[in-house]
Amino acid sequence: MRVVINGAERELPDGARVSDALRAVGVRADERGVAVALDAEVLPRAGWEETTIPDGARLEIVRATAGG
Amino acid sequence: MEDRLTIAGEALRSRLILGSGGFRSLDQFERAIRASGAELVTVALRRVEQAPGGLYEAIERAGCRVLPNTAGCFTARDAVATARLAREAFQTSWVKLEVIGDRRTLLPDAVELLQAAETLVGEGFTVLPYTNEDAVLARRLEDAGCAAVMPLGSPIGSGLGIRNPTAIEMLRQAVGVPVILDAGIGTASDAALAMELGCDGVLSATAIARARDPERMARALRLAVEAGREALAAGRVPRVDHVARASTSDAGLPDLTPA
Repeated sequence: MRVVINGAERELPDGARVSDALRAVGVRADERGVAVALDAEVLPRAGWEETTIPDGARLEIVRATAGG
Repeated sequence: MEDRLTIAGEALRSRLILGSGGFRSLDQFERAIRASGAELVTVALRRVEQAPGGLYEAIERAGCRVLPNTAGCFTARDAVATARLAREAFQTSWVKLEVIGDRRTLLPDAVELLQAAETLVGEGFTVLPYTNEDAVLARRLEDAGCAAVMPLGSPIGSGLGIRNPTAIEMLRQAVGVPVILDAGIGTASDAALAMELGCDGVLSATAIARARDPERMARALRLAVEAGREALAAGRVPRVDHVARASTSDAGLPDLTPA
């Protein structure tokens, strides 16, 4: 299936979980200071392992960067 | 009684808040944090590809707390969504709310700002809005439930200091919540002036990060904030225009005219 992670289209296996998407962009599941929005809604960390990504979903995966 | 900046019932160990933007390296940033004595350090949120890891860890290593901002947001909707992501990422309900209205000046959009503040307060956030130096708007933000207000001294990153000290004084008198001077600080005297005008704290990023020696400027701003606060408490002498007032009495002046 195709999903959009941080604005880029990617191919993930059907039934992929949010944790797979994190791996796909090189983020360890235990890294602190990371947040995920699934189709513009915050998905709490507790749901990363269980939540399957719907086909065509849009994911935003963010962390802290320098800023005033 | 100890004189500490207290926001939403939490007493902070410093009246200086450090912005994390603009440092040349993580190591330089960490040294500046320590020299600043700050407890709160702001961060922004970006997609992981554009945000090298390690910043959050560095702030925690220094014993500081992250104050997430909503930098880069131009609408209340985006700012609210960003604040929610930040709350999840950093497990803090505190947010420095920025809603920018103009790319060139980076001045706040007052209408969107107030709307975002109302929504976030309703969701239980502790909201610290970056705002214009406008006493009426500041009062509206306080009425909306903001925990502090952060008026600009001059545009972000300009280093122009406090361009309208009278407006800052009026704003300070208009609200009961803490006032943190944000944006425009260029050097120590600007930070001292902010405190002398009655501000409860100062946020600085560029002035420290872009100084020739950031660690030393961090220390300078820490001292300036302390000095300004002390001067305010001490009560300055009234200004006297166009005449000098001798501090030494003429009584007993010896007559040294040659015989």
